[in-house]
Amino acid sequence: MMILRGKVWKFGDDISTDLIIPGKYKFKTIDLDELAKHAMEGADPGFASKVSKGDIIVAGKNFGCGSSREQAPLVLKHAGIAAVIAKSFARIFYRNAINIGLPVIESKEAFDKISEGDVIEVDLQNGLLKVERTGKVLKFKPIPDFLMAILSDGGLVEHYKKRGKFIWE
Amino acid sequence: MGMTLAEKILSAKAGKSVSPGDIIAVPIDAAMAHDGTAPLMIKSFESMGAKRVWNPSRAVLVIDHVTPSPNEGSSSLHKMMRDFAKKHGLILLENEGICHQVMPERGYVWPGAIIVGADSHTCTYGAFGAFATGIGSTEMAAVFASGKLWFKVPESLKIKVEGSYPEYVSSKDVVLHVIGEIGADGATYMAVEYVGEAVKQLSIDGRMVLTNMAVEMGAKTGLIAPDEKTMAFLRGRIPSDVDVKAFEGDNDAHYADELHVDVSSLDPQVALPHSVDNVKSVREVEGTPINQVFIGSCTNGRVEDLEVVARILRGEKVKVRTIVIPASREVYLKALRIGLIEMLVEAGCVIAPPGCGPCAGGHLGIPSPGDKVLSTTNRNFKGRMGTSDAEIYLASPAVAAATALKGEITDPRRLK
Repeated sequence: MMILRGKVWKFGDDISTDLIIPGKYKFKTIDLDELAKHAMEGADPGFASKVSKGDIIVAGKNFGCGSSREQAPLVLKHAGIAAVIAKSFARIFYRNAINIGLPVIESKEAFDKISEGDVIEVDLQNGLLKVERTGKVLKFKPIPDFLMAILSDGGLVEHYKKRGKFIWE
Repeated sequence: MGMTLAEKILSAKAGKSVSPGDIIAVPIDAAMAHDGTAPLMIKSFESMGAKRVWNPSRAVLVIDHVTPSPNEGSSSLHKMMRDFAKKHGLILLENEGICHQVMPERGYVWPGAIIVGADSHTCTYGAFGAFATGIGSTEMAAVFASGKLWFKVPESLKIKVEGSYPEYVSSKDVVLHVIGEIGADGATYMAVEYVGEAVKQLSIDGRMVLTNMAVEMGAKTGLIAPDEKTMAFLRGRIPSDVDVKAFEGDNDAHYADELHVDVSSLDPQVALPHSVDNVKSVREVEGTPINQVFIGSCTNGRVEDLEVVARILRGEKVKVRTIVIPASREVYLKALRIGLIEMLVEAGCVIAPPGCGPCAGGHLGIPSPGDKVLSTTNRNFKGRMGTSDAEIYLASPAVAAATALKGEITDPRRLK
C-alpha cells in the first residue's frame, strides 16, 4: 500500500462527517456493506455507485469535521477509496483514518494542482505525489513513523493482532 | 517558563515536563462509548482478540443517542452493548441521560483526570479541569483493552472572557461568537483554555457550554480551571480515592494565541445554516420564519437552560412545534421538582425523555424537508438532524424560547 495510483474525486472545504455518512444510518447498523451505500451521500448523492476501487479523494480544509464516528473513514474505505488528500483534517477523523487503515495526506497545494478525474500516483513513504496529466510532482510531509507503522499493519486491530501490544505501550 | 493548564495535566500524568508537539502515552482515568460508537468499539475489541477490560469500574457504556429505541436495528445494537457490559462487568447507563451530562453527575470526571470518550463532545469535561477528548471506536477498543493512549501535546489558545452578562446573553453566545471569529478550524489540534471573570461568574451548567463547543472550532479539548464551584458540584459524586489535581494555567505560559471577549457588549448570537462558524447577531436574522424549536442536548439541556426557557414561556403559548429534552434524569427530576416542566408543558412544549433526541438525527423530532429549525444544540451541518433538506439555526435557550413564542427568530430582549 506504500504506492497508490487512482482516479481523483474532488470535494471542497469543511466536508463534515454528516456529509460523509449521515448519523441517522449509524444508529441502525454496523454492517459496512449497508453503510457504504451512503458514503458521501450528503455531499454527492450517488457517489457510492460511481466510485471505483482505488479512487482517491482530494479535498479542501478541515476534512472530516464534526462527529467522532469512525463510520466516516470506514465507509470511504469500504466504498473503495484508497486515500484522502486534504488541505487539512479534523483531528479525530485523521486518527480514525489511520486506525482503520485509510491513508490520509495533508497537502496545502494538492487541491489547486489536481483536477477531478486526474489519475495520480502517491508514494506514502517518500511523500511524493505525481499528477499523470501534467507530469507535475508534488511533495508532502509523510505520515509520522509511528502512525505509519499502524497504517502499514492495516490499522489498529491488525496492528495489535500482529504485535500483541500497541505501539505506545 | 510557566505551563498552560493542558500542559500541567499532561505533565503530571506523563511524570515529566511536556511541551507542545511531544508525543506521550498516558494512563486513562475514565473511558466512555455510546450507542453511536460502542457497537463498532465492541467489534474492534473482539477482532483484536482482547480478553479483558483494563478497569471495569472506569469503563462506561451509555445508551443515549436513540433511546428508547425507535427501531429493530437500534435495538440490536443496544443489546450488543448490554451483552458486552454484562460479560465484562462494565457500567451501563441506559435512559439516564446524555453521556456528557451523566459522566460528571456519576463521578467519572474530576480535575486533573484524563478522560476519553468515543464522542467528539467529550471535551465538555474540561469544564471540571479534566483533560478530555473524543476518539474513535477502534481507538476506544485499544483503551478498553490497555487503559492507555497516546496524545500529541497540544498548543493552547487562551480565551479571556470579561465583563458581566447582560440579560439574555449567556455562555452559548460567547462560544458562538468565538467560533464565528476564528472559524470551524480556528483551533485545530489546540487546547482552548477559557479564563477571566466572566468564566468564573458562570455556573457549572454555563461553563459546560463553553467547553462542549470547543470541538466546533477544531480543538482537541476545552478547559476551565477548577474552583470552589467545581468542587461543590463534584463533592459526594467522585470516589474518595481519586487523585484530584486542581491546576490553572500560569501567567507566563506560552499560548499560541490569546483572544478577548467582552460580554457586556455582546448580543445574543445565531449560527446560520449549514456551518457553526456562520455566526451573526440575532438582530441581523430576526424575523426568519422557523418551523420547529429544539431545546436540549449536551450543550444546552441543563436546569439553568430550562429555567430561562420557562421564565420566557411562563403563562404564554408557543407558536411552533417546540421539543424540550432534559439532559439527564437528574436534570429532569430537578426541573420537575421546581415546577419548570409544568410551566413548559402548559406553554405547549413537548417533553421527551432524557437523551440526545433529534440533535444527531436519530429520532424524536426529525425535521421535514424544507423545515427551518432553531436549536440549542452544537452542530448545524447539512443532514445533521436527519433531513438533508432542512436548515438548522443554532442559538441559546433564551433565543430559542423567544423564537418558539413568535414562530420566527426573535431577540429575547425585545419581548417586553
